[in-house]
Amino acid sequence: MGKATVIPFGPQHPVLPEPLHLDLVVEDEKVIEAIPQIGFVHRGLEKLVETRDYNQFIYVAERICGICAFGHSMGYAETVERLMGVEIPTRAEYLRVIWHELSRIHSHILWMGLAADAFGFESLFMHCWRLRERVLDIFEKTTGGRVIFSVVKVGGVVRDIDKLQFNEIKRVLEGIKHDYNQLCKAFLKDTSVKNRTVGVGYISHEDALDLSMVGPFARASSVNNDSRCLGNGGYKFLSDFQPIMDGQGDCYARVKVRALEVLQSIDIIEEMIAKIPEGDIAVPVKGSPADGAESSNVVEQPRGECYYYARGNGSKYLERMRMRTPTSQNLGGMTKVLAGCDLADVNMIVLTIDPCISCTER
Amino acid sequence: MGSFKLGAMTLGGLFKKPETIQYPAQTKPMPAGLKGHVVNDVETCILCSICAKRCPTSAIEVDKKGRTWAINRFRCVQCGSCVRECPKQCLTMDPHYASPATQMEPSVFDVPEHEKVQAEV
Ligand code: SF4
Ligand code: SF4
Repeated sequence: MGKATVIPFGPQHPVLPEPLHLDLVVEDEKVIEAIPQIGFVHRGLEKLVETRDYNQFIYVAERICGICAFGHSMGYAETVERLMGVEIPTRAEYLRVIWHELSRIHSHILWMGLAADAFGFESLFMHCWRLRERVLDIFEKTTGGRVIFSVVKVGGVVRDIDKLQFNEIKRVLEGIKHDYNQLCKAFLKDTSVKNRTVGVGYISHEDALDLSMVGPFARASSVNNDSRCLGNGGYKFLSDFQPIMDGQGDCYARVKVRALEVLQSIDIIEEMIAKIPEGDIAVPVKGSPADGAESSNVVEQPRGECYYYARGNGSKYLERMRMRTPTSQNLGGMTKVLAGCDLADVNMIVLTIDPCISCTER
Repeated sequence: MGSFKLGAMTLGGLFKKPETIQYPAQTKPMPAGLKGHVVNDVETCILCSICAKRCPTSAIEVDKKGRTWAINRFRCVQCGSCVRECPKQCLTMDPHYASPATQMEPSVFDVPEHEKVQAEV
């Protein structure tokens, strides 16, 4: 038995896209404890709700995260719509789902690229990001932005997608599917990838439930908690939805769940495009949320369930806007998984929870 | 199990058109709806200040007395609220990005007194 040593990991580390600090207590090459620390990129966005009215805050909400920007603007808009009792047009709900699922595809492919980079498979990383670029091009053409879209507003959406664009989306997604299946083969069947992921960072179903883990991290330990099942917003129009789960609970299972979710999202978008009705894309919203009115909402972000809470005070400024993001739920699980792992596996494990620190700190 | 699962795709890439372009010698075409920068047609602007009130970043400043309409491009986040809310539809979103500037100051536009001109005619 060696002497316990503390190794600092982050906030600047090649594997981390965002600043997260871990104090790794190691003995020989084994991590015996990991103590996380966040707070490097806090921006006080929730406080801004006091100085931006409920229409303006949507542009703050979508800046919570650069990857799930659309999800946050949609989650916020739905919460305020509930607060004010606004029914949005069906076409707007469909459009929101289409953009949200496109965000999930780009988030998951981005993550898969980062994971490939973490285990040193550079060409796989390049191929992932090459495919992601095509999704960003769809966003650029349909919303006018690549990362921040500003297409959601309270009461609907501000842009429509026409038939021509839908056809192009379908064509691009077909192309992505073809290449993506080959990438999946590399992720799920390649020996060198499996060596780094199979059996690494195991967390049991019971622990996942105990630690209230969410998203693909939990679904890889067969926790059925995909909030798309609740049928909020446009998800109620899906003919069938079965969350993707896996029981292995290791890094390989987490890669697998995300890899399959991309294909599932492509199917959802295709179904939505086939079924989308004609009609308006927004309704006018007048007035302010009532004093003391409260509402809450959950949205399945690419990283897991995100919870929104809003309270009105009779003016056009909200009294309180609160979000609980998926990564803050998953940090407990991450420290649990890290205890007992090999030092060389730390980066792989940290990445497979897909931490989004700027979401967590807001 | 097995290795080189990505081999076919990577080797195939040798015979395909490159996915990247030689920026800045080449640039990508800009889609029509791209959010580049906000342009005001000062001929139609009535200086009503609605755009300034709707802007989430307070990027627009309207001076009714001095007859100027100013936008701070360093604050503007291209959200498009002003373009949607302008009652005279004189604001548009140009698909070209604003060029870099050496000084962080707002772009100020003089708004001609069109109503008066019309009255005189
Ligand atoms: S809203 Fe339109 S008309 Fe009014 S000040 Fe702004 S640009 Fe001019
Ligand atoms: S586009 Fe948005 S941020 Fe820019 S000036 Fe208009 S309202 Fe303000």
